[in-house]
Amino acid sequence: MDWIDYLGPMLDGAWITVKLTFYSTILGAVFSFLFGLGKLARHWYFKIPSVVYIEVFRGTSLLVQMFWLFYALPLVGDILGLNMRIPPVVAGVLALSANIGAYGAEVVRGAIQAVSKKQYEAATALNFTPKQTLWRIALPQAIPEMMPPFGNLAIQNLKDTALVSLITISDLAFVSERLRNLTQESAVVYTLALFMYFGMALVLAGMLKMLSQYVGTWRRAAGGK
Amino acid sequence: MLFGIEWNTASNLAFATSILPILLIGLITTLKATVVGFILAIVIGLVLAALKGAPLKVISYPAAFVIEFLRDTPLLIQLFFVFYVLPELTGIAIPAFVAGAVALGLQYSAYCAEVYRGGLEAVPWGQHEAIKALNLPSAYGFFHIILPQAIPRIIPALGNYLVSIMKDVPILSVVTVLEMMTIARIIGDRTYNYLVPLSMVGILYLILTLLASFLVRFIDMKLPKSGIPLK
Amino acid sequence: MSEPMIKFDKVTKKFGDHVVLKELEFEVQPNEMVTIIGPSGSGKSTILRILMTLEPINGGVVYVDGEPLWHEERDGKFVPASEQHLRKMRSKLGMVFQQFNLFPHMTVRRNLTEAPIRVLGLSKKEAVERADELLEMVGLSDQADKFPAQLSGGQQQRVGIARALAMRPKILLFDEPTSALDPELVGEVLQVIRKLAEQHEFTMLLVTHEIPFARQVSDRVCFIDGGSIVEQGPPDEILTEPKEERTKEFLHAVLHPDE
Repeated sequence: MDWIDYLGPMLDGAWITVKLTFYSTILGAVFSFLFGLGKLARHWYFKIPSVVYIEVFRGTSLLVQMFWLFYALPLVGDILGLNMRIPPVVAGVLALSANIGAYGAEVVRGAIQAVSKKQYEAATALNFTPKQTLWRIALPQAIPEMMPPFGNLAIQNLKDTALVSLITISDLAFVSERLRNLTQESAVVYTLALFMYFGMALVLAGMLKMLSQYVGTWRRAAGGK
Repeated sequence: MLFGIEWNTASNLAFATSILPILLIGLITTLKATVVGFILAIVIGLVLAALKGAPLKVISYPAAFVIEFLRDTPLLIQLFFVFYVLPELTGIAIPAFVAGAVALGLQYSAYCAEVYRGGLEAVPWGQHEAIKALNLPSAYGFFHIILPQAIPRIIPALGNYLVSIMKDVPILSVVTVLEMMTIARIIGDRTYNYLVPLSMVGILYLILTLLASFLVRFIDMKLPKSGIPLK
Repeated sequence: MSEPMIKFDKVTKKFGDHVVLKELEFEVQPNEMVTIIGPSGSGKSTILRILMTLEPINGGVVYVDGEPLWHEERDGKFVPASEQHLRKMRSKLGMVFQQFNLFPHMTVRRNLTEAPIRVLGLSKKEAVERADELLEMVGLSDQADKFPAQLSGGQQQRVGIARALAMRPKILLFDEPTSALDPELVGEVLQVIRKLAEQHEFTMLLVTHEIPFARQVSDRVCFIDGGSIVEQGPPDEILTEPKEERTKEFLHAVLHPDE
């Protein structure tokens, strides 16, 4: 087999990687807002679960989380008498989302807290409700602040998808490993894999930069002054 | 049995108690891999950062490329590369632990290089100007004025990466480094009970992470940084 | 003498152990223009912030438009005000901040229409009409589509005044409105404040260091120091011939800083 022949299956694997990254990043962003805002809530029944979620999923290893969902959860199901066998893809996406969600939650929380207290005073003076203040004043100012760290998390997520190969999902890492076993051409296969991941990361970074610029239009208007 | 210790599958609790010592043996390997990986990361990172900051583009551009490449590619693949490809190229067999530590070191050297750069850039430009205005030699200025102001930002960031490295150690299980995760899988494979070993590993990591985070925060507090404005 | 629009009845305010206002007694009549002067830390901004419900009080009662502000009357007793009550009372007040506090992610026009639409329930058309009128009044009609960061400090503060006016409050609070401005921009803001004072349609409380301006527009000047009123009266009295020693010292320090 010539190295060109590797490209076919590897691109198939890369496509799976792309889809995994896409779904888990989006779901992870949802978790980030949910638990990031939850941690800032006044009521303990929102705050405590958020804090627990963030500490647990930030404090444990992603691979352990993934393996736990895939291997250990069914056993919990056995004890409870429920079928908790989840397909590898679900376990993979869930673990990835939960992980990036926990880091993202801290980003969301930090960005909202970074909004100047004076903005809240202006909102109070104009008699906005707390909900209006959050959605119309605080969040729009926090979101451009979140974009750079979120960008880094998205790329981290892309790299983390490689771990799903260990729970039998046929992503780029899995295909690479299979090809290596087949052909023993470790150097070629892994070099190709590394460059493919690198390429995907650059594309992702580019997309995020565009998103970041779109979201921060009003900030760049200041540059005109 | 593993490492000469038998486990007791009578009940989940008995099981858990009996495999704890086995897991703790793995914990030692986990800690060793973390420390060695971290040392490699901060040293290689320093070299890369220095090269990237070099005035000659012939040096700085490739250095920047290497940093970006290491940062944007998965640890798993880097590990496979070190473990399988390097022996082919050099003809020396590389033990799994070494491959694992090197891979960790490489992956995180890119992050550390960024930390060094960020910490130095955060020092206000006015400090450099003051050094020039007072006619101080630049080497003196760098070591006695700039660096002391950069370090309070660099140390906590490096500390956070230390914790991250520890959480990435389970990936080394794919080349069967005998850290906690590998052991949990072996026990699981042999007893078909993954729930107990994996849960215990999860909890042990959580405890480790919390302890390590406290340690990092403690060191951060003890750092002399009075008067240095930190955002 | 009609009921005062604002009344501080033995109001105490503490920040931790530090007592900022000590059983303060203070009144403002409807449509009166009162300037408060005093050294920093004297509590003058705190008075405004208490009125705007940004700071709670530790003792006494504050009355706005005849009703208690931080308390509600229930069965003849005063209980701490609910959020509902605060919102009702808040609608009578408007504030202009030292740092302008405009919403940076909204255009000038939207800064003016957002609260009228979301809080007062105006239709978009009505809110825009009102906003354009106000922009005309403060002389910024051509900046309506710009973002605050594109405006000078003086322009931003004029937008801040328009934004407060858009809510049609009965009371306008100005917390050192020109202290953060470059000297050459102060005048354009003071002009707008003067226009408002001359209309006599609002009760106005102004905290400022601009003594000559205060003399021109105020009905009454209050000198505050250490949490209580030292002296108050018509501007010509207080600012030219103050009776108290502390007032004299303060005015001397402000008007002749290099002596």
